[in-house]
Amino acid sequence: MKVIGLKCRICGKEFPAEALYTCDNCFGPLEVVYDWEWIKENVSKEKIEKGPKTLWRYKDFLPVDAKPVDLGAGYTRFIKAENLGEVLGLKNLYLIDDSTNPTYSFKDRVVSVAVTKAKEFGMKALGCASTGNLAGSLAAHAAKAKMPAYIFVPAGIEKNKIIQALVHGAKVIEVEGTYDDANRLATEVAEEHPDWGFVNINLRPYYAEGSKTLAYETAERLGWELPDQVVVPMASGALLCAIHRGFKDLVRVGLVDEKDVIFNGCQPEGFPIVRAVKEGKPVTPIREIKTIVHSLAIGNPADGIFAKEIIEKSGGYAEDPSDLEVIEAVKLLAKTEGIFTELAGGVTVAGLRRLVEDGRIDKSDVVVIYLTGNGLKTSEALVDYLETTVRIKPRLEEFEEVVA
Amino acid sequence: MIKVKFPSVFTQITKERKVEVENVGTVRELLDKLFEKYPQLKERLIKDGEITPFINIFVNGEDIRYLKGLDTELKDGDEVTFIPAISGG
Repeated sequence: MKVIGLKCRICGKEFPAEALYTCDNCFGPLEVVYDWEWIKENVSKEKIEKGPKTLWRYKDFLPVDAKPVDLGAGYTRFIKAENLGEVLGLKNLYLIDDSTNPTYSFKDRVVSVAVTKAKEFGMKALGCASTGNLAGSLAAHAAKAKMPAYIFVPAGIEKNKIIQALVHGAKVIEVEGTYDDANRLATEVAEEHPDWGFVNINLRPYYAEGSKTLAYETAERLGWELPDQVVVPMASGALLCAIHRGFKDLVRVGLVDEKDVIFNGCQPEGFPIVRAVKEGKPVTPIREIKTIVHSLAIGNPADGIFAKEIIEKSGGYAEDPSDLEVIEAVKLLAKTEGIFTELAGGVTVAGLRRLVEDGRIDKSDVVVIYLTGNGLKTSEALVDYLETTVRIKPRLEEFEEVVA
Repeated sequence: MIKVKFPSVFTQITKERKVEVENVGTVRELLDKLFEKYPQLKERLIKDGEITPFINIFVNGEDIRYLKGLDTELKDGDEVTFIPAISGG
């Protein structure tokens, strides 16, 4: 068996591999414990390379045994961004473009794992708190798994994200308040319904493991090597922690050589993890949410302290570009690489830009950045910042006047 | 009368998910009363003199961090909820 059980990330107390998420000794978060001897014996580069072109090529590293609930997530585009690199002054800049996942965000990776686990546990329904991307992903995977889904979102997120969840038949609950309010309510509901699988609450230890596949892909696509630096968007901070764990997994089983990868994290302006890194203080939640980047707008980040620790220990840094910088970065990526990423991707590119300008990234460093969602989901935020269209009568002369 | 709701992870100590507490004027007083009844809860909830960051306390749905912290006043009928912090994202 590749999964031994769960373990508290704080006090180390061990638990069986059940739908648990909090330690009863110190209330810390739980993580999956694997039998690394089993994994080492079963995993190989050749086996992975012959696997499906989805995240399930890394199944030996994932905490599930059942047949996956699989829409084809993962193994997304890996691009050497020469044009963007030229603008920023980087020779070895790579992008993983998760906007091409089945529901157009990286959330398909975590949801595919969590919904598979919910089926293994025989759960009766699915649920989540979401800033938007998770909503669409969970709704689609729930449809595939033939399970009902209850999705809690803060009122006022992008319409496209709500429509995407509704079309798959999920029950979408718009909560008056912020994401943190929606998440608090969803956690209360999860407490009342232990036989429902809330993917980022009572299934969170398993769910988070899906994001490790971004680390495996990074290494595989670089020819089984680790990069010098990564730049990761942060909401709760869970993605950055998962990529860190993923790199460690690969070293542990001998698929890559050990390397001290520098971790950099990015959030919208004023958000807690970046603020804590910059000020050298503990992560302090914020109540007021002021950003157009809804998908990263978590005021009380669950993995904040862990993400901060990884960034600091690795010698990395954190950046929190302004909304205006974010929009400019979305446009820059679109105009240089032909990729329309959502605002979270803009945070990452804008953060990267600041890191380069501050001299924190060397121009020859191998840098990988993660674009976690699709631009069409947040296009309404860009409308006022684009050139307007030109309207003419269907006459050649009028067109010639426009380009004259 | 203050209505108190615990998460399931407390029930090893508290045995029940909902209790009612009388004669407390602040969250601090409520905690003191709960700790008298459940000494083990104090050991696990308080680390280095502070409430562990892994449990959030809400009064009528608002995190006490954004109210007056432990000095947040309580009045008859208020609901105090303890919720694990590690969720979401």
